[in-house]
Amino acid sequence: MKIVPCPLNGPRNISEFAYGGEVELMPDPNTSSSEEWAEYIFFSDNPAGVVREWWCHSATSYWFIAERNTVTDEIVRTYPASELFKERVEFKKESE
Amino acid sequence: MPFGLLKYGLSKTYPAKHHFTPRKDLKKHYDVVIIGGGGHGAAIAYYLAKYHGITDIAILEKGYLGGGNTGRNTAVLRANYLTEEGVTFYRESLKLYRDLSNEFDYNIMWENRGQLTLATTDAAIGSFRWRAEVNKHLGVQSELIGRDEIRELVPLLNLGDGGRYPILGGLWHADGGTARHDAVVWGYAKGACERGVELHQLTEVTGLDVEHGRIKAVLTNRGTVQCGCAVQAVAGTSSLLAAMAGFKLPIHTYPLQAMVTQPYKPILDPLVSAPHVHVYIQQTSRGEFVIGGGSDPYPLYNTRSTLEMKESLCSAIQELFPFIGQMRLLRQWAGITDMTPDYSPIMGLSPVENYYLDAGWGTWGFKATPISGKTMAELIATGRVPDLIKPFGVDRFLRFEQVNEAGATAASH
Repeated sequence: MKIVPCPLNGPRNISEFAYGGEVELMPDPNTSSSEEWAEYIFFSDNPAGVVREWWCHSATSYWFIAERNTVTDEIVRTYPASELFKERVEFKKESE
Repeated sequence: MPFGLLKYGLSKTYPAKHHFTPRKDLKKHYDVVIIGGGGHGAAIAYYLAKYHGITDIAILEKGYLGGGNTGRNTAVLRANYLTEEGVTFYRESLKLYRDLSNEFDYNIMWENRGQLTLATTDAAIGSFRWRAEVNKHLGVQSELIGRDEIRELVPLLNLGDGGRYPILGGLWHADGGTARHDAVVWGYAKGACERGVELHQLTEVTGLDVEHGRIKAVLTNRGTVQCGCAVQAVAGTSSLLAAMAGFKLPIHTYPLQAMVTQPYKPILDPLVSAPHVHVYIQQTSRGEFVIGGGSDPYPLYNTRSTLEMKESLCSAIQELFPFIGQMRLLRQWAGITDMTPDYSPIMGLSPVENYYLDAGWGTWGFKATPISGKTMAELIATGRVPDLIKPFGVDRFLRFEQVNEAGATAASH
C-alpha cells in the first residue's frame, strides 16, 4: 500500500487518509462578489504536475498539506498547515 | 476449409474495406477542428457531415481512434437519472442507440437487457421511488420492484438474508442496456470518413492560438492548423486543454478502475448495480463479467491500478454473487474521469467565442455519445445552443444552478 508521511503521525498507509482538495486562496468572504465566490468553490486549475493539497489523517483528525505529483502519484513533501496559514480568518456576521 | 478462408481473405475480388482516412498530411485550414478522436469527437463529426453538410473537418487524436476513455468505460447504457434535464438528455441518447446499427450498417451490438439498481436502506428506497416517478413522467421505463421480482430477474443474486446488507428492493430500468463501445466509435468514424471528414491519429494538440477571444489555429506535433472553429472532446484531459485556451473548468480528474473475468456461459442477463457496496456488474455477450465501481479516492492523471481498489471491487461483487469468487480475472484497467461538482456534463459555449466544450464526462460519457454528438453538431452548425443541452453550460456554476445527478450514479463515488 502507498505510504503517506504524515507530519504528526509519521509514515502511515494511504487508506488512513482522506483527500481534502487543492489548497486555494480564499477570497475575502466579506467583500467578494458571488461570481468570485463561485469561482473559488467550483473552478480549478486541476493541473497535471505537482499540486498543493489538503489531506486529513482520519484516525487523528489531523489536517495538513501535501505537495503531490498528480501524474506520477509521488508525494513530494508534507507539512503542517501552519507553514502557510498564520492568521485566523474572521467571518463577519451579516447583522454587524 | 482454412485454406478456402485464406484464399477468400487475400482475393482481389473481395478487397478489404478501409473505413477510415488513410494517413496523409494535415491541410492548412479546416472549417471545424475536433480535438479528440473518441466516441464523442467522431459522433460530432458524423452528425455535422450528415445533417449539416459540413465536411471540411479534421478530427485530431493524440493516440488511436477510441483508445482513450471510449475504450475504457464499462458500457452501461441507461437513462434513469433524477433531474428533468438529465433524464430527458439521456433518454434521447438511448433512443439514438437503438437505431445506430441500422443507421451505420455496422453492428454496434446494442442489447436491451434492462438495468437493476439495488437498495439496502429505506433512504435508498425513497430515492428510487422519486427517480421512478420522474422517469415515468418523462417517458422512461423505471419502476420500484420488490425482492420477489428481483429474484425472478436475477436468480443468482445473493439477497443478503441474515447478512450485512439485506436487499429491500430495487429500481428496475427496462430501457437499460449495453453496446460494444469500440464499435460505436468505429461506426461514427466510418460514417464521418465516408462523408469526407479527415481522421488524423497520432496527432497531439500542443497549443491553441487564441487572439481577442477567438480561436485562430490549433498547434499540433504535425504542424499548425488554422480553423473556423474548434471543439474539445477530450474526456480525461479537459482541464489541460481548457488551460491552453486560457480558462478554468469546474473539473477534478480521477481514475476509475475496472476489471473483467474470463468468459463463462450466459447466466446474468440484466446489468446490476449496487451503490451500497460501490460496485456494478454486467455479463458481456462474449460471456465475460465486467466489474466496475466508483472513482479513486483522490485525483490523478494516471491509469495505474491499486490493490486496494481491486480488493474493494472483489469483496463487493462476492457479496452480490458469491460464485464469482471461483472465477478468474482476465484483465483490469483504469479510465480517467473528469468529475464535475454536480455529476452533470459541461457542454456548449466557452469563454472563447468560436471554441466549444464537450467536457466533464466523469463516469457518464459513453451513454451520452450519440446525443452529445448530435447536439454539439447542431450548436457548431447553427451557433445556437440546443434546448437539450442549455442546462449544461459551464456558466451554470457562476449562477449556482447545478444539475445535481450525484444521487443517480451507478456506484456512488
